[in-house]
Amino acid sequence: MRLTTKFVLPVVLPVLALALSSGFAAAQEKLKVGIMVTLSGPSAVLGQQARDGFQLAVKQLGGKLGGLDTEVVVVDDELKPDVAVTKVRGLIDRDQVNFVVGPIFSNVLQAIHKPVIDSNAFLISPNAGTSNFAGAQCSPNFFVTSYQNDQNHEVLGKYAQDKGFKRVFLMTPNYQAGRDSMAGFKRHFKGEVVAELYTPLGQLDFSAELAQIAAAKPDALFTFMPGGMGVNLVRQYRQAGLASTPFLSAFTVDESTLPAQQDAALGFFGGANWAPNMDNPQSKAFVAAYEAAYNSVPGTYAMQAYDAALMIDAAIKSAGGKVSDRNAVRSGLRKADFKSLRGDFKIGVNGYPIQDFYLVQAARRADGKLQTEIREKIFDDYVDVYAKDCKLAG
Amino acid sequence: MSFTLLAVQTLNGLQLGVLLFLIAAGLTLVFGVMDFINLAHGVQYMVGAYLAAMFSTLTGNFFLGLMLALPTALAFGWFLEILIFRHLYGRDHLDQVLATFGIILFLNQAVKVVWGAAPLSVEIPQILSGSIRLMDGLLYPVYRLAIIGSGLAVAVLLGVLVSRTRIGMLVRAGAANASMVSALGVDIGRLFMIVFGFGAMLAGFAGAMVAPILSVEPGMGDNLLILTFVVIVIGGIGSIRGAFVAAIMVGLVDTLGRSFGPVLLRAVMDPSAAAQTGRALAPMLIYILMAAILFFRPAGLFPAKR
Repeated sequence: MRLTTKFVLPVVLPVLALALSSGFAAAQEKLKVGIMVTLSGPSAVLGQQARDGFQLAVKQLGGKLGGLDTEVVVVDDELKPDVAVTKVRGLIDRDQVNFVVGPIFSNVLQAIHKPVIDSNAFLISPNAGTSNFAGAQCSPNFFVTSYQNDQNHEVLGKYAQDKGFKRVFLMTPNYQAGRDSMAGFKRHFKGEVVAELYTPLGQLDFSAELAQIAAAKPDALFTFMPGGMGVNLVRQYRQAGLASTPFLSAFTVDESTLPAQQDAALGFFGGANWAPNMDNPQSKAFVAAYEAAYNSVPGTYAMQAYDAALMIDAAIKSAGGKVSDRNAVRSGLRKADFKSLRGDFKIGVNGYPIQDFYLVQAARRADGKLQTEIREKIFDDYVDVYAKDCKLAG
Repeated sequence: MSFTLLAVQTLNGLQLGVLLFLIAAGLTLVFGVMDFINLAHGVQYMVGAYLAAMFSTLTGNFFLGLMLALPTALAFGWFLEILIFRHLYGRDHLDQVLATFGIILFLNQAVKVVWGAAPLSVEIPQILSGSIRLMDGLLYPVYRLAIIGSGLAVAVLLGVLVSRTRIGMLVRAGAANASMVSALGVDIGRLFMIVFGFGAMLAGFAGAMVAPILSVEPGMGDNLLILTFVVIVIGGIGSIRGAFVAAIMVGLVDTLGRSFGPVLLRAVMDPSAAAQTGRALAPMLIYILMAAILFFRPAGLFPAKR
């Protein structure tokens, strides 16, 4: 008896399992989604938020997107474009994913864009939205659920202009995104730029720069200091007693940095397409569910990845559950027929969103946690400036 | 360019210099006495910051946290010494570089596993939380002055230790000729262990001191490590005095160059070109300084006598 079980179990069970699973597979297509985000290095928090946001949506939909059983494969791009290309090829060739959702950073996007759009998969970026792919190099297989990179900076430039600030001091790290950030700010700001200060990427002590800001006495500071740089700048800005000068920033004061900035960031401004206090039922439910599951306040990174999952869900539904019908899925993605957490949301000709942008401000909630909160709407149904160069048929 | 701004920037440069000295002191001794290239010195600075963050959160008091962090940093240094470094003393420099680089990668990930990827922050202790109005519109945190003060105090202490005590004499002798010291019957293994642990503790002290003004995050020591090597090369390997002078020099040149370089350039070229050139030139300044000093003094400012 003992002998038989020993032989029967290992042989019969897998065969049985195989028969069962192949039976199901024949009845229904299966969906595979590859998530490629940054999960190591100092910026890992952003990738974790995106991954968690996406998986929360899949979980809430009962493990199915568009009614199909969904398998999610998560990989870490390590914030290295060369590593990302190798790993994304693995997702496409080995895992045969239908969608690649990622990345967080624009330099990684530049690297993985071509391999993915040339394959059978769609690329959906939950964060990075570079200008080249929004304009002349737009692709029918590439969608963005976040924004075009310039837009968040434009929010602050427009706000500074509307508010009547005369002299603004600009400071960003010395790399491509830093220079783009200043260009974005100046698109709507017509006042005097007191100084354009570039700091080495990764610099953590800003005492020398703060002294220069104090000496220049601007009406406001505009800065873009993602990650640890932002944590340090915000705390040192407060310590230097400069907080009476408005602090306008993009990607510097958000849910990824607030836990470390704490009270130092209170009252500082940012520009965003959403904030956790967004007043609509789906957003409120999302924030509550995210906090219950991951014990932290979700930022735009989590929101945009959650919306990416909903967008895939809606697209497959509109294609009648046929992932293999690429044209039907594509037009489903374009329709974006789902309830976005930001409310107002459309996909434009170039695959980038058309949405509203807000001035947000760091504040403390009743329960003691910090979050950004919407203060005023700056742009309504805003189309990025590069979309006109995209020659895809709408 | 006002005089007060110059004074404030000098103070900022001094602070960077003192910080660099705290890290460089240990590195130059390890390199000088033991002829051992320790790339992992920067992560010991990071570990010190993490320990201070953890202990001051646990105890609710920064000074208590600092007091606990220092012996832990020392113990951790010794742990690494016994486990890894000890086996590399006899190997050539390339092996040492490879092994200690591996430690950087390992520890940068390890702190993430233990403390999470998000940056940590430490409150400035109440007693030092005030600030001084140095110029119109700018407050200078007292805590930054405390960093300068404690750094200078450590410098004096180290100076006395190295030049006036028996262990200091052995360290100097070791820097000049380690095998001769060993031949004279000194337990060189023990000396190495003391020097190494002390260096690790100094780096940890630097990390713990900056924890309240900088965010504590994985990889925070990597950028400083490069500057630290510049400092010990300029100062002369194995020399505490050299490390001190070079660290202050690098701190001042870097800070002042970055803030006043473009202003000075504006005198000789048009503003946009000056801004462009200044931006490109500023990060290079300390390397230009290093090249210039090495041209005139190839062994650094205060080389150990050999």
